[in-house]
Amino acid sequence: MNDIWQGVQEAISLIFSADAEVMRIVALSLAVSISALVLSSAIGIPLGVWLAFRRFASRRLAIAFLYTGMGFPPVVVGLVVFLLLSRSGPLGWSGWLYTPKAMVLAQVIIAAPIIAGFTMVAVMAVNRNLRRQARSLGANNLQVTIAVLQEARVGMLVAVLAGFGRIVSEVGAVMIVGGNLKGSTQVLTTATVQFTRMGHFEQAIAMGMILLTLTFLTSLLWVLLQGGALQES
Amino acid sequence: MAAIAAKSMLWFAPALLLLALAACSGSTETLILATTTSVHDSGLLDELLPDFESEENATVQVLAVGTGQALAIGERGDADLILVHAKTREEAFVAEGYGTVRFNLMYNSFVILGPPSDPAGIAGLGSASEAFARMASKLPNSDSSFVSRGDLSGTHSRELSIWEAAGIEPEGDWRRSTGQGMGSTLTVANELQGYTISDQGTYLSRRDQLELTVLSGDDPLLFNPYGVIPIDPDRHPDVNHHLANRLAEYLTSVDTQERISEFGVAEFGQPLFFADSEEWRAEHPSGSVAR
Repeated sequence: MNDIWQGVQEAISLIFSADAEVMRIVALSLAVSISALVLSSAIGIPLGVWLAFRRFASRRLAIAFLYTGMGFPPVVVGLVVFLLLSRSGPLGWSGWLYTPKAMVLAQVIIAAPIIAGFTMVAVMAVNRNLRRQARSLGANNLQVTIAVLQEARVGMLVAVLAGFGRIVSEVGAVMIVGGNLKGSTQVLTTATVQFTRMGHFEQAIAMGMILLTLTFLTSLLWVLLQGGALQES
Repeated sequence: MAAIAAKSMLWFAPALLLLALAACSGSTETLILATTTSVHDSGLLDELLPDFESEENATVQVLAVGTGQALAIGERGDADLILVHAKTREEAFVAEGYGTVRFNLMYNSFVILGPPSDPAGIAGLGSASEAFARMASKLPNSDSSFVSRGDLSGTHSRELSIWEAAGIEPEGDWRRSTGQGMGSTLTVANELQGYTISDQGTYLSRRDQLELTVLSGDDPLLFNPYGVIPIDPDRHPDVNHHLANRLAEYLTSVDTQERISEFGVAEFGQPLFFADSEEWRAEHPSGSVAR
């Protein structure tokens, strides 16, 4: 118990000393996570909205694939991306392996289906009556869609948050495709693993605390964004 | 019918749990051995431990971690004995009272690996520190790099002492650090067509998948001894010291040492480890290694 307390104290002083190495790890984590979040939202939200509105023959099959994607084990994604980007793999010429680009690619593959799935459910959960009402008031297709999305925005924000949660906590895939190279591809999660392995528990605790703080701040931001909508219901 | 099935499931689950718990506790003793990935990945322990387990009616749980973590686990009393390769730190570990005594167990050597094109031109150099010095001068102006474990493992500790022996402060983009195990680091070095240092056992077991070749490996600086240390029960009363000592005795016995010397010969054409215990050296005075 004493150990843990001491570790936490040392971790706090490490964080507040603005250690150059810690700052670099935090900056890279943020850069990779935010890029991955923006890209996977750009893919996932339109895909989820489209699946919610459109009715087509193989829609159930498409949704089954989407659900599979939502539960896809990140290490498998990591392995596949590694094999693709490896020097002897089909995309080896890109030189992306062990760069932040490879990490963003893996995380987009992991997070996009999650964002798409939650978005689809959020949009489908909007009361059907709303569409009829809007239509009876003379709204055109675009206006109906906007009204539905307006109504589904809380659920869609949660979809993006779920994607962020998955991205920021991911360790297996980014370890495989990023390589945890110090100063270039080391992020908070992989650094936590490394410091634990080395027996540097205070540094591992510091990484864990920063990770938790980031997640909390993001959640707080989201609650503020949802503000009005949370009041309504 | 469904209700009955559901009911029988209700007691079935806790019963299964109890069964699992009983299987774990049983009458056998459990011993926790923290060791390095280099030993674990070689498969040596899978070869040696089953006989000990049936002799002693015990179960040995092997934690495969880096030497740095194995020492930390030992310091915290989370293992009963450790088997690592960083002699100076092992001696400090015993001196600080975490372990009772360090037994010599076995040795092999480190090898310096690099791409066949060898842009640093170190092939055939007898001296490890000269090879490192040449890498430090050539690699900054090449596409290649030196890939370090960077994880305070036994191999990383050795790498650092070679840089020190070469009088070089290895800083810059040409020296990359993975913070991962030997297997992952070999993969990274292979992909980046870089140089690295590896224990011989891990290199041999991965040789077929790698383009890297051995460029240097014959220098006393590359000598890699492994030791085994039971955790001191005065410091951590919960450890199974009796059984830990029995395992240390078993591993250093002449019979086991014989098996260590033969391990890997069939598969790799050469042994992965060489016997090195006091008992073995007493039996084979000429075969002991000079240091």
